[in-house]
Amino acid sequence: MTNAITLDAIGKAYQIGVRAPGEDGLAAAIRSTLTAPIRNLRRLSGAEVDSRTFWALRDISFEVPQGQVLGIVGRNGAGKSTLLKILSRITEPTEGRARVRGRIASLLEVGTGFHPELTGRENVYLNGAILGMSRAEIDAKYDQIVDFAEIEQFLETPVKRYSSGMFLRLAFAVAAFLEPEILVIDEVLAVGDAKFQKKCLGRMREVSRGDGRTVLFVSHNMATVQALCDRCVLLDKGTLKADGEPAEIIERYHDLAAGRASTVYDLSDRAGAWEFGTGAAMVTRVEIARARDGAPSAFFTSTDEIELRCTVSARERVDAFRVAVIVKRADGTPVGACFGPDACSLTERETGTFRVRLNDFALAAGTYCCELKVGKGNPNEGRTEFDAVDDVAHFEITPETAADGSAGYWEPAWGAVKFQAGATERIA
Amino acid sequence: MTQAATQAPATDAPPPAPELRELVIEPKRGWIGVDWGELVRHRDLLGFLIWRDFKVRYKQTVLGLGWAILQPVFFMLVFWLVGASAGIDTGGVPKPVFYFAGLLPWTFFAVGVQLSSQCLVNQQHLLTKVYLPRLFIPTSVIVVGLIDLAVAGVILAIIMGVYQVAPPAQIAMVVPLGVLLLGFTLGVGYLFSALTVAYRDLRYIVPFFVQAMMFLSPVIYPVSIFGDTWGWVLKLNPMTGIIESFRAAVTGTPIDWTGLGMGAGVGVLTLFVGLAVFRRIERRFADIA
Repeated sequence: MTNAITLDAIGKAYQIGVRAPGEDGLAAAIRSTLTAPIRNLRRLSGAEVDSRTFWALRDISFEVPQGQVLGIVGRNGAGKSTLLKILSRITEPTEGRARVRGRIASLLEVGTGFHPELTGRENVYLNGAILGMSRAEIDAKYDQIVDFAEIEQFLETPVKRYSSGMFLRLAFAVAAFLEPEILVIDEVLAVGDAKFQKKCLGRMREVSRGDGRTVLFVSHNMATVQALCDRCVLLDKGTLKADGEPAEIIERYHDLAAGRASTVYDLSDRAGAWEFGTGAAMVTRVEIARARDGAPSAFFTSTDEIELRCTVSARERVDAFRVAVIVKRADGTPVGACFGPDACSLTERETGTFRVRLNDFALAAGTYCCELKVGKGNPNEGRTEFDAVDDVAHFEITPETAADGSAGYWEPAWGAVKFQAGATERIA
Repeated sequence: MTQAATQAPATDAPPPAPELRELVIEPKRGWIGVDWGELVRHRDLLGFLIWRDFKVRYKQTVLGLGWAILQPVFFMLVFWLVGASAGIDTGGVPKPVFYFAGLLPWTFFAVGVQLSSQCLVNQQHLLTKVYLPRLFIPTSVIVVGLIDLAVAGVILAIIMGVYQVAPPAQIAMVVPLGVLLLGFTLGVGYLFSALTVAYRDLRYIVPFFVQAMMFLSPVIYPVSIFGDTWGWVLKLNPMTGIIESFRAAVTGTPIDWTGLGMGAGVGVLTLFVGLAVFRRIERRFADIA
């Protein structure tokens, strides 16, 4: 079988600007202002030499046989999008060479070139042409596109009056009926409601399986990657880390991610420099683990129980204190809290580790962190806080995978807590 | 995986094309030629872009295409007034015809340069999210100006009718003059649109350039007022030859072929420089936009 794509030592470097030297003093400031146009000219024209080079991709070589669906996975900043941009000819590689056999179309964004003032019908033609279709091809696909997007009655309405859902459906529909030999897709499936996502996924299967098209697919959603791809490559910090069966590569991806995310927070060097509380007892170490088997982890499903191990050092004797945990979203918004019983004790200069389990909750997929507090008392009789540590025990709730491979869908606007719905009964 | 394999293949797919073109992607150095084959393959896209730019230009305006007329008509009235008080000699040509005939090519050039210089920075997603022949983007903006030009041409015909200026045989010259005007405007548009992506200073330079060009082109005055000593400098500006010849073509006065030839030479040179600079900066568009 011939190769649709051959990559040979592809690399892409970006220049990171460095701060202009000598910016102290008025004379220097004036000199700097006067010479700024010359410096800027050198910088903007790319002639600047003393800026640091950052390799977004380095020495990437692999081949993609015709008809293969290749998944490209990696953490943020691994170079996935840069690779797709090079193959799409949006940006030029700094070194190396790629050979692409056949027409290539890229979907790095849904609805590129849609104009809000134009109608749905006009945008189908415009977007189709931008994606590389000829007028005749769009004519031939037009009815299918409209049918897929389910917006027949709004075709003559400017898309600026569309709801975001309608807009995304139409935009995806145009892309879904592209028929290049090679299709490059970046995360575009993460659009629309659950029903439409499923439909998109189905269409993706048809496209990739149906007629021997080569597909390069980048996603953070491992369930989708597993469902769609024949083979995967794993990128990390711009280099090719692994290449093989999707299941194997996805496992390595998770390992890599878990290795990157810290499960242990050493806070001992804060000693004597606490910012909050009396300091009678201080948190010196926090560890996060899966409660089921006690394995340190920062990745959980929404129903996993989480265990926090909190090491506390007492400066003096402390009796009947408790450990409280406040769970926050990545942006710092509190999600909820739990308070252990006032049952912990330490004698003077003693260090102990206490386990707090977060049971019986369901968090939506996303990134979270914790604030831990140690203290005693209650609002009625007076409360004493010994210590508090914020922004520790970061963890990620990974999306659930439905049986059909689509991601469990949860809109950010629905908040972070998944309540269990009881029966809805008619009472009047 | 297995359920995917049992999925029925798409029935609507045409058989794959037998010959597949191979594309080599590698770093390029120096000056790059224009890939004409690619432009021809994507010609439908240029059509859609022109059509989009036309539809969008006057969307949600009350007057619509009326603006294409109003602007030159307004300036004609102003010039008429100013020209009359300054005692500018239009060589026997009725003043409204003289000014309006000069304003047609000038307005096309000024609007084309101003809109095209901003068109790439205003549509960065077309540079960073998809690949298309980027030369089409400024091209379509400028080509749409031809529609304004045609509409204003109808008004010119009406004004000529009112002043009983009969079109001479050499009116056919407006076609090659239009081609030259388009070519020069495209050259400046390519140059400025690409430079604006790299150097945002152009945002300040372009309006300044257009204003300066207005005074350096015989829009409000005939080039004859400069006499023979300095007139040739003015003729290096392609707009001088275009505007003067356009006036001559519609009013029947003799065409200054030397002046037009000089302007045409500079105009064609500008087009090549514009294309070359555009292609050179284009490689970096996605990285710097």
